[in-house]
Amino acid sequence: MSVIDSDGLLEVRGLRTVFDTRAGRVCAVDGVDVSVRRGECLGVVGESGSGKSVTFASVMGLIKAPGHIDAGDICFDGQNLRQLSVKQMRAIRGRDIAMTMQDALTALNPALTVGEQLAEMMIAHDQSLPRNKRERRRLVEQKSVDILQLVGIPSAKSRLQQYPHEFSGGMRQRIMIAISLASHPRLLIADEPTTALDVTIQAQVLELISDLRAKLGMSVVLITHDLGVVSEHCDRVMVMYAGQVVEEGPTESVIRNPQHPYTRGLLGSIPRISKRGEPIQPIDGQVPDLIDLPAQCRFYSRCQQRSDACLKYIQMTTLSQDRKVRCVLAEETAHD
Amino acid sequence: MTTSFKPLRTGRPKFDPNSIFWRNMQTFANNRLALFCAFVVLLFVFISIFAPWIAPHDPNETDLFRRLQPPAWKDGGTWAHVLGCDALGRDILSRIIYGSRVSIFIGAAVILVATTIGTLAGLAAGYLRGWVDTVISRVVDILLAFPYLIFAIGLMAMMGPGLGNIILALAYKEWVIPCRVVRGETLATREQEYVEAARALGASDRHIMLKEILPNILSPVVVVSTIRMAHVIILEASLSFLGLGVQPPTASWGAMVADGRAFILESWWVSTFPGVAILLLVLAINVASQGLRDAFDPRFQQ
Amino acid sequence: MSLTRVIERLLQLIPVLLGVSLIVFIMMAFTPGDPVDIMIGDQNVSAEQEAAMRRDLGLDRPIHERYVIFLGNAVQGDFGQSFYHRRPVSEVIVERLPATIELTLVALLIALFTSIPLGVIAAIKKNSWIDRSATVFSLLGVSLPGFWFGILLLMVFAVHFNLLPVSGRISYSNQVEPITHFLLIDTLLRGRLDAFWEALKHILLPAITLGLPMTAILTRVTRTSMLEVLRQDYVTFAEAKGLSRRKVMFRHALKNALIPTVSVAAIETGSLLGGNMIVETVFGWPGLGRLVVESIFVRNYPLVQAAVLFYAVTYVMLNFTADILYTKLNPRVKL
Repeated sequence: MSVIDSDGLLEVRGLRTVFDTRAGRVCAVDGVDVSVRRGECLGVVGESGSGKSVTFASVMGLIKAPGHIDAGDICFDGQNLRQLSVKQMRAIRGRDIAMTMQDALTALNPALTVGEQLAEMMIAHDQSLPRNKRERRRLVEQKSVDILQLVGIPSAKSRLQQYPHEFSGGMRQRIMIAISLASHPRLLIADEPTTALDVTIQAQVLELISDLRAKLGMSVVLITHDLGVVSEHCDRVMVMYAGQVVEEGPTESVIRNPQHPYTRGLLGSIPRISKRGEPIQPIDGQVPDLIDLPAQCRFYSRCQQRSDACLKYIQMTTLSQDRKVRCVLAEETAHD
Repeated sequence: MTTSFKPLRTGRPKFDPNSIFWRNMQTFANNRLALFCAFVVLLFVFISIFAPWIAPHDPNETDLFRRLQPPAWKDGGTWAHVLGCDALGRDILSRIIYGSRVSIFIGAAVILVATTIGTLAGLAAGYLRGWVDTVISRVVDILLAFPYLIFAIGLMAMMGPGLGNIILALAYKEWVIPCRVVRGETLATREQEYVEAARALGASDRHIMLKEILPNILSPVVVVSTIRMAHVIILEASLSFLGLGVQPPTASWGAMVADGRAFILESWWVSTFPGVAILLLVLAINVASQGLRDAFDPRFQQ
Repeated sequence: MSLTRVIERLLQLIPVLLGVSLIVFIMMAFTPGDPVDIMIGDQNVSAEQEAAMRRDLGLDRPIHERYVIFLGNAVQGDFGQSFYHRRPVSEVIVERLPATIELTLVALLIALFTSIPLGVIAAIKKNSWIDRSATVFSLLGVSLPGFWFGILLLMVFAVHFNLLPVSGRISYSNQVEPITHFLLIDTLLRGRLDAFWEALKHILLPAITLGLPMTAILTRVTRTSMLEVLRQDYVTFAEAKGLSRRKVMFRHALKNALIPTVSVAAIETGSLLGGNMIVETVFGWPGLGRLVVESIFVRNYPLVQAAVLFYAVTYVMLNFTADILYTKLNPRVKL
């Protein structure tokens, strides 16, 4: 940790998160580095099982038994989160780093009204609220209405009394975002915010997140499996595969000039108007079993450009200041 | 409809009952506790069948000289009467051995009658729908409105005591439970492709219900029946305890506990041992049936 | 749920209740020995007198007319005379009811206050020793025959240690002027703490015996549903919000986990009614359950009939309450 980027809000180094199952130890995240700069939007892309959600659940300290963080440092704003007590960590969760989950329908408590779920977030983190109960309730209600209006929910005041199931899918997603933003976090981790939504609503929600990032000056981590979403909304992108980061760099550069065969595969599987007529090319095969992985390129079995050189541990190769890739082919070009 | 309808199994998934059955049985066998309990249940069945050869004494032989004789390990006890004697000097162990006949016979008979009726009614309701379903479901609703024991007590009051009457009194309501299970399963199964295929091929309703649907919903029925068996044994013992069950001098566990009530001050063994027998049998059935449920019902597999 | 839906649901109960009354009527109509036979007993009565008695009681009418009359009377709370007590059946029942209700409520309280914490702790500390004990306990609880468990408790606590009384509701010397007819409340209202303590000692063993199966069942239900809820996204989201562990557990997890517990509890309260007969017999509790058992042996059938009907109607109403509670607690479900 000798060099810490001064712009870095979140710096993760060598994170390893494992789950002990009956079949053996599953290494869901294996040596992952992440850096999120102030005010930027980082896209994290990968198939399910690539470790992208586990990485950020680790950052939030939400890994539950049988899983635990095995190694690595998680620095948020210069503070190593792994050294904090449970209580200190709780104070950071929600207040400094907030998270939204994939499906708002399951993430919102069905038995509590939207107002209650918003209020508890504010009360948990805002020490400046008045002690007097009535005053506090009035203030919290005012703030709740403000934040619901901010995420674009009409007639917010009356809707505070309603339960999550009384809203549409897109509205629920907005409410979840509103709850996450209620105590003005500096980092928002949005875990697949659009997978559960219709295509038209998807765009609205992503637009909302981008707007709010600009308005509130926070950083956003957008976890998704859709490179299309990343290309429109993210400054930088990080591609994950089988628990490792395989490629990283500014969005435009990665998408224009992908270096890793997996990234190329991902780009090839997006249907695009410009390439109408060409067949969509899915990547054959599956993510390898994460138990007892051999020291070789993890994409080996699915890669069309594999060679015997791939059968060793593959280092991350730095191509330029921002551009990194974990592939033998890139190692060669870098050496030339 | 041709009477010579031979089912074409093409539309139906390759269903080999043996392989599924044995895989489930293996899961069950891996559960050592459940296997042990199944063994205990079989032991009880064995004892009840061979009671005359196992019991050391005639269960109804009275001897007032042995009145309330304590168990062997207490002062005044003898090894001839290991668990002691009751107020009429009858050997408690022998009465417990004979009493197992009542519990197991009534338990098995009630479950057999109730499961047969309940399964047929449930199949009819779930498959035929319409007025058949309405009538059966209404009857089920009404019977469900009675607390179990009260219904049985009412019936026993009306019919008078006796072995056959107990079986009837319990089966009158018991069939409702397999019926509800079977109806639900049938509703889900009747929409399956292989059932539709059989229907399209012109199979009779009877054939579809008994040959296509029934074999596929048998597991939950068996599981529910074994779980209910434990309840029925307790209910029978409760009726006997209240004096509404098998009539004296026939030994039954519930009545034996009731007999001992008058002597709890001094002769605790009279009530205690028959109760232990009920507890052991019911516990063994419960654990074994939970093992069966875990092995056979995928919904309970974690 | 709107009021009209509640009323609609209530109306749906009518066919069930009619069916119940019909079954109870048939049960008793076909019982060997009609009331006249029992009233006459060994007395020497002429055939004309007997016929006159039958006519007075309406027993000479066709069976369907008798059902309609029975139903009409039942709706007005008239279940005929208890020949044994020489008083109206309804009067005898109402007199015995408070003892039974008091016992049932105390059993219910014991069951709820043991099973919910036990189930919750077992779920939170899954696979710990406390979880295993809870599992063993819930298995034992449903396997123990209530009448035997009661006798066992008596032998240990009343006979061996002489800590608690053997039977009854309260000793004769401690009786208080009734207000609500619930002894635990009346003794307090009269300011008789000693009598309250005594009533409490009397009710303890019967209530534990009665509540045991329910405690066992509710422990299992609570544990299962709590485990289920703890896996839900909204619990993770609540943790991600940085709420305290207490808030996450109680406000988010428990509130949802208790929905099945509460509705099972309402249904199981109905089975407590059945258990009453056993427990009241074992502990000599002067309630309705023991009255019914005694009445069977003296062939006091009108009383048995009324009691069975009363139990069934109560049971139906409890199940109805369970439904309503379930919807109240679970905003997602619309009936």
